[in-house]
Amino acid sequence: MGEIVCTNVTKVWGVGTTREVAALENVSFSVRHGEFVVVIGPSGCGKSTLLMLLSGLEMPTGGTITYNGEPITGPDADRSLIFQQPSLFPWRSTIDNVAFGLQLRGVPRKERRQQAEKFLRQVGLREFANKHPHELSGGMQQRAAIARALCLGADVLLMDEPFAALDVQTRFHMQSFLLDIWLGSGKTVVFVTHHIDEAAYLADRVVIFTARPGRLLDSVDIDMPRPRNVISPDFERYRALFVERLRSEVTRAFQEQELAEMLDTRIK
Amino acid sequence: MAAALRVPSRASSLRFRWFVVEAGWWVLSVGIVIGIWEITAALGLINTIILPPPHKFVAEIRDQSQFLMPQPGVTAIPLHFAVFTAIGASLRRVLIGLLLGSLAAVLTGSLAFYLRLFRNLTFPTITMLAPIAPAAWIPLAILAFGMGDGAAIFVVFVGIYFTLTLATLNSMNNVDQVYVNTARVLGASRRQIMWHVIFPAILPNLFVVLRMNFFAAWMGVLAAEMVGVRTGLGAVVVMGRQMMNMNLTFLGMAIIGLVGYLLDVGLGVLQKRVLWWRSAARV
Ligand SMILES: Nc1ncnc2c1ncn2[C@@H]1O[C@H](COP(=O)(O)OP(=O)(O)O)[C@@H](O)[C@H]1O
Ligand SMILES: [Mg+2]
Repeated sequence: MGEIVCTNVTKVWGVGTTREVAALENVSFSVRHGEFVVVIGPSGCGKSTLLMLLSGLEMPTGGTITYNGEPITGPDADRSLIFQQPSLFPWRSTIDNVAFGLQLRGVPRKERRQQAEKFLRQVGLREFANKHPHELSGGMQQRAAIARALCLGADVLLMDEPFAALDVQTRFHMQSFLLDIWLGSGKTVVFVTHHIDEAAYLADRVVIFTARPGRLLDSVDIDMPRPRNVISPDFERYRALFVERLRSEVTRAFQEQELAEMLDTRIK
Repeated sequence: MAAALRVPSRASSLRFRWFVVEAGWWVLSVGIVIGIWEITAALGLINTIILPPPHKFVAEIRDQSQFLMPQPGVTAIPLHFAVFTAIGASLRRVLIGLLLGSLAAVLTGSLAFYLRLFRNLTFPTITMLAPIAPAAWIPLAILAFGMGDGAAIFVVFVGIYFTLTLATLNSMNNVDQVYVNTARVLGASRRQIMWHVIFPAILPNLFVVLRMNFFAAWMGVLAAEMVGVRTGLGAVVVMGRQMMNMNLTFLGMAIIGLVGYLLDVGLGVLQKRVLWWRSAARV
């Protein structure tokens, strides 16, 4: 149960157009049930693309992805994707945002609001139920987005740099909050970030991608008890390992970008 | 507690002061125009038959009431009723036209959003027709619908329909993909996405376009009433000229200005009320 298996997955955006981009190339890895996997890699390496594929919003151009042994053919409330950008509907109150998934399934208003309130309480936003998203801070908005995923009973949380836009304090707070929710829940998490500390703090396992087109560079199990001490020597060692693994990739990504820009300006 | 109470009362007193100052400028601005008008008339510098001073055409509202009725001069009915039937005739046309035009535009735009073939077939034509001023449709409208409500409503309809259709498709294409994807992840069908995401997301845009085109539509109705349709505020103004009764013309003009202004204010209030989240959120 809860097992995601990617086999030789390739994704090319804009196939058949002049703006063809290979985002992922020949990616094979799997996520076990209940595992907290963090994906890191240079920006533009296809991390968001990977989550789109896992959620079923997009189909791979090559290879296969299965969930619980079945090929993924489309979005499924079992696997919820939480975006980096604010994704609450600004015209709905917080509670109606959280209850939206149930509303789509035809759950009566009173019932779905009761359910939503339960999850709002879990993420500490009960008093904000009737506020609208613009009245919430960035951290609160992301918590509401998480509540929205939980409200549908998602077994797999796919999170695309959900805390990237938050300040350091809030980000740290949100990380422990996420661990609190996850621990003992049996839920599977695939969490994308480009923050090395975030990866080392959260993950059971860190999957490292190369610069575009993203390929699997390494997979590192994090063997530290939780809650983790971010200034311990152990933590420092993982941090150093990721920095070292990523440095060459980031440099490559930069060089490619510069090259692309140079070519671009020359064509113009 | 005391501080908490003082803050709103100070805010509202500030708002009240702002309102008084603003109202003062309005009175002064209009007052100057009326004052100059009255003085030049009193000094005999202008022909008061052509430009009757404001106190005159306002004072004669009662005498003009018979002309403001739907069927001018047939029966004398109470003043207020008469004024309101002329206003009502124009208002009804513009509101029905706006309503029908908006509904049709959103429908066409949505179809074009989903059916590429439909869009490719219709949008070049719609794009060509959109820039035609509503008033330019009047001759065709009168030929097609005769001299009644139909022609005036048609003018408003075409005035809003083409532009709003283009705006609908354009706004739909620009809905932030993250909202659509969020809905898809939560299991929304295409129809649910349309209803729960696309429509609410584009509503503020449509309202802005509606408001921008409202004045052209309003003028279209008045022009139609002037040249063919025999009732409503536009007809009142023309009737005054034909009978060399400039008191009536000016009264009509004053009402047209006032009603147009109030309608725009009303649309503005509605926009704030219904779409309040737009100013605070990026959509
Ligand atoms: N919807 C899309 N259409 C076309 N190209 C895309 C799309 N999404 C991402 N890409 C391209 O795929 C590449 C990888 O992007 P992304 O997955 O967002 O990387 P990351 O999340 O790691 O920064 C980029 O070059 C990006 O331009
Ligand atoms: Mg990304």
